[in-house]
Amino acid sequence: MSTIQKINRRDFVKLFGLTSTGIIIGCNISSDRKEFIPTSDENSFSPNLFIQIHKNGNITLMASRSEMGQGIRTSLASAIADEMEADWKYIAVKQAIGHEKYGNQNTDGSRSVRTILEPMRKMGATAKMMLIAAAAQKWNIAASDCKADNHFIINQKTSEKIFFGDLIDVASKMPIPNENTVVLKKVKDFKYIGKTLKSVDLKDFTHGTAKYGMDIRIPNMKFAAIARCPVTFGTVKSFNSSDAEKISGVEKVIQLDRMIPPVGQFFGALGGIAIIANNSWAAFQGKLSLEIEWDYGENHSFDSEKFSEILTQRVHETGKLVPGSRGNVAKAFTDAKQTIEATYQVPFLVHTPMEVPNATAWFQGNKVEVWAPVQDPQTARAEIAHFFEIPIENITVNVTFLGGGFGRKSKSDFVVEAVALSKKIDAPVQVVWTREDDVKHSFYHATSVQYLKGSIDKNGLVTGWLQRVALPSIVSSFKPLSDYASGFELNQGFTNNPYDIQNFRLENVKAEAHLRIGWMRSVVHIHSGFANNSFVDELAFEAKKNPLDFQLALIGKNRIIDGKSDYPFNSKRMKKVLENTAKISDFNRKRPENHGIGIAIHYSFYSYVATAVEVSVINGNIQIKEVWTTIDCGLVLNKDNVINQLEGAAIFGISLALFGKITVKEGAVEQHNFFDYQMTRMKDTPKITVDIIEAMNQPATGVGEPGVPVMAPAICNAIFNATGKRIRTLPLFEVDFEI
Amino acid sequence: MKTNLSINGKRYQIDAPEEMPLLWLIRDVVGMTGTKFGCGVGQCGACSILVDGTLIKSCSMPFSFGIGKEITTIEGTTANLQILRESWQECNVPQCGYCQSGQLIAATFLLENNANPTDEDIDNAMSGNICRCGTYTRIRKAIHMAAAIKNQG
Ligand code: FES
Ligand code: FES
Repeated sequence: MSTIQKINRRDFVKLFGLTSTGIIIGCNISSDRKEFIPTSDENSFSPNLFIQIHKNGNITLMASRSEMGQGIRTSLASAIADEMEADWKYIAVKQAIGHEKYGNQNTDGSRSVRTILEPMRKMGATAKMMLIAAAAQKWNIAASDCKADNHFIINQKTSEKIFFGDLIDVASKMPIPNENTVVLKKVKDFKYIGKTLKSVDLKDFTHGTAKYGMDIRIPNMKFAAIARCPVTFGTVKSFNSSDAEKISGVEKVIQLDRMIPPVGQFFGALGGIAIIANNSWAAFQGKLSLEIEWDYGENHSFDSEKFSEILTQRVHETGKLVPGSRGNVAKAFTDAKQTIEATYQVPFLVHTPMEVPNATAWFQGNKVEVWAPVQDPQTARAEIAHFFEIPIENITVNVTFLGGGFGRKSKSDFVVEAVALSKKIDAPVQVVWTREDDVKHSFYHATSVQYLKGSIDKNGLVTGWLQRVALPSIVSSFKPLSDYASGFELNQGFTNNPYDIQNFRLENVKAEAHLRIGWMRSVVHIHSGFANNSFVDELAFEAKKNPLDFQLALIGKNRIIDGKSDYPFNSKRMKKVLENTAKISDFNRKRPENHGIGIAIHYSFYSYVATAVEVSVINGNIQIKEVWTTIDCGLVLNKDNVINQLEGAAIFGISLALFGKITVKEGAVEQHNFFDYQMTRMKDTPKITVDIIEAMNQPATGVGEPGVPVMAPAICNAIFNATGKRIRTLPLFEVDFEI
Repeated sequence: MKTNLSINGKRYQIDAPEEMPLLWLIRDVVGMTGTKFGCGVGQCGACSILVDGTLIKSCSMPFSFGIGKEITTIEGTTANLQILRESWQECNVPQCGYCQSGQLIAATFLLENNANPTDEDIDNAMSGNICRCGTYTRIRKAIHMAAAIKNQG
């Protein structure tokens, strides 16, 4: 049998691959293990931090990652339950607080499943082994003569069985199996993984009982709204709050200073004038009644239209050579039969999750408790510890449901604001952003301008590819004066360009940040996916080739395109999704008059996605008629959830292609709310077909984001197919299609 | 001064300014948080409620509008809402779930007035509700399913 690991509870063990910070699992065999058990319920057994089995058979599983619509609570629970051989009807999911004992909890980059699927499966398998060991002891037989099946341990000799719940007393005394003895199930034996499971939260979602950040109610809590400077990092010169204070419900007006994080860390908070009230609406009204004189600071002169012009000029000059370029592009261009040039632009974008940023905090002496919809609760905790000089163990960050995140809620500026205000008023307070606050003071998805030049030989083959990229870097939000896209940003579709072209050159072009830059669903892939797929379509047209055949030929022979990561980028898998999308969309079929079809393929978050879109353009009106998408995301955890995510990504991609544009004048964002920053609605929604290429023996890779980058280029290629008009600047609502 | 308000068949005695939007009254004064804030300007439908059976964006209607009328929120139990909840679950509609209170209320209003909505009817009835997660195709399917269940009786 397994050996007992002697683990001091203070030791952080690197267990089961949760190596980034480690998790305390050994605590369960130490004397004061209760400290680490999620409830004080005596009638239960916790083989590890993530699993609690109750006497009645119910199992509570801990979700360590934030739920923002990507279905993670269900997915992770299904993996644990599968390995445990648990019956799904007994499973409930609890949300973990922000704590390093749960390993890294940062929910972004479509990496939750990728990085913690295996550890979670091992948690389940360990629990199963302990239950089996308990049953074996009861029956006095070898563990190998027992097996687990649907919430029972079966005696394979006698076919007797014992219910999970009836084993917890004995199981809790069993040693924790050594990691090396844990055997995971084979793909063919999966019961939940790879199948369709409905969300564990459906009942709450359909009864209005799911608690989002804004739904937190604490006795005597206050509500706060904050007026922030329209120009990023501007400060308050003076203010007059006498009208605001007259509003019924308004209790206090407080000035908040900007909180500046140490270089390279965190996000801080903008500061401004806060209205404290006994309801949200009074706080909003109070905010509108403030008279504030701002010192706009150095970003006052920023103008996004002018900035695009500057970037456009810059990409037409040589930039910094990026390592990984190959061959001799200049020579290829001279030798070519034809060269083609194009400049592509994507504006600033903002996430607008349906639930605005908000947080509830209660600062009590040397202790802080927070309830907030955060993607990264550990960073929130670290920020609080830093800014308020509170020992980290005195800070509890409770993670609520997130009414969407899309990257916005991985920054905890709104949490820091709530804590600062709670400290000042000595009461629990909920900071609520208005939608206007959200649109005007976000961490924006960067704008970009790209210049591409390609060459074609007499056979219509691409011989050279030059790409210059100018985009303000996310790094600027941590480190001022980061004026070039960073390596990790370029590695999102630029340095790992999939095309088999002999002469390839990538140049990085200067782009300063005058807004807070952040990541938004699929991040830099939005830029690379748009330019790469649009340009390939342009090249195909000039080469007089079918765009699908042209793409396939350009991806080239079967090979590992980029093998540096643990998840090699494989051209064969890429071609397969493209071929499948061509098939389900019947790509080469002639479309009705004024209709067109376009295709795009993109590799992101280690997954492969190809999408075809059919549009009609009639009397200047674009309609997206139908979308066909294929994904290969390796091992599929929950089939219907993958489909749901891809449907959602298509809509997200349509929104940004049709409407997404944030502009800045005199340093201030010009848009306000959904009337001038529009979203896709029911009437704009096409029929969407999603197909999954099953690669169950490959590691599970990203699902939440990879469906986004293909949408804009597929739509624009379809428009070209329908009208002959090439779109190189997003969004589409600004394009005049009238002839 | 306290005023009577009736929500989901229950009476509440409320002391609040008459111009306070129903949304904030329901959420912050009554303390029922199923009705959501999304935009505050009548654009997103997250705050949808029924007032005497009419679909209302509660962020844009004052307290005074609700007085003497019957308000239905997502916490309610009208027959159509119940059927829609089932079909919503059957189609696994929600992602983050945040907009779904409003979507369900808007769909309830649709079914109350149209037992057999076409795709076009759904487009018209549901386009006031934004779902940033993009669950529209499933909402459409769930509404058709609910209508079918209802028509089977
Ligand atoms: S909150 Fe009322 S319509 Fe958006
Ligand atoms: S389900 Fe998230 S906004 Fe609709």
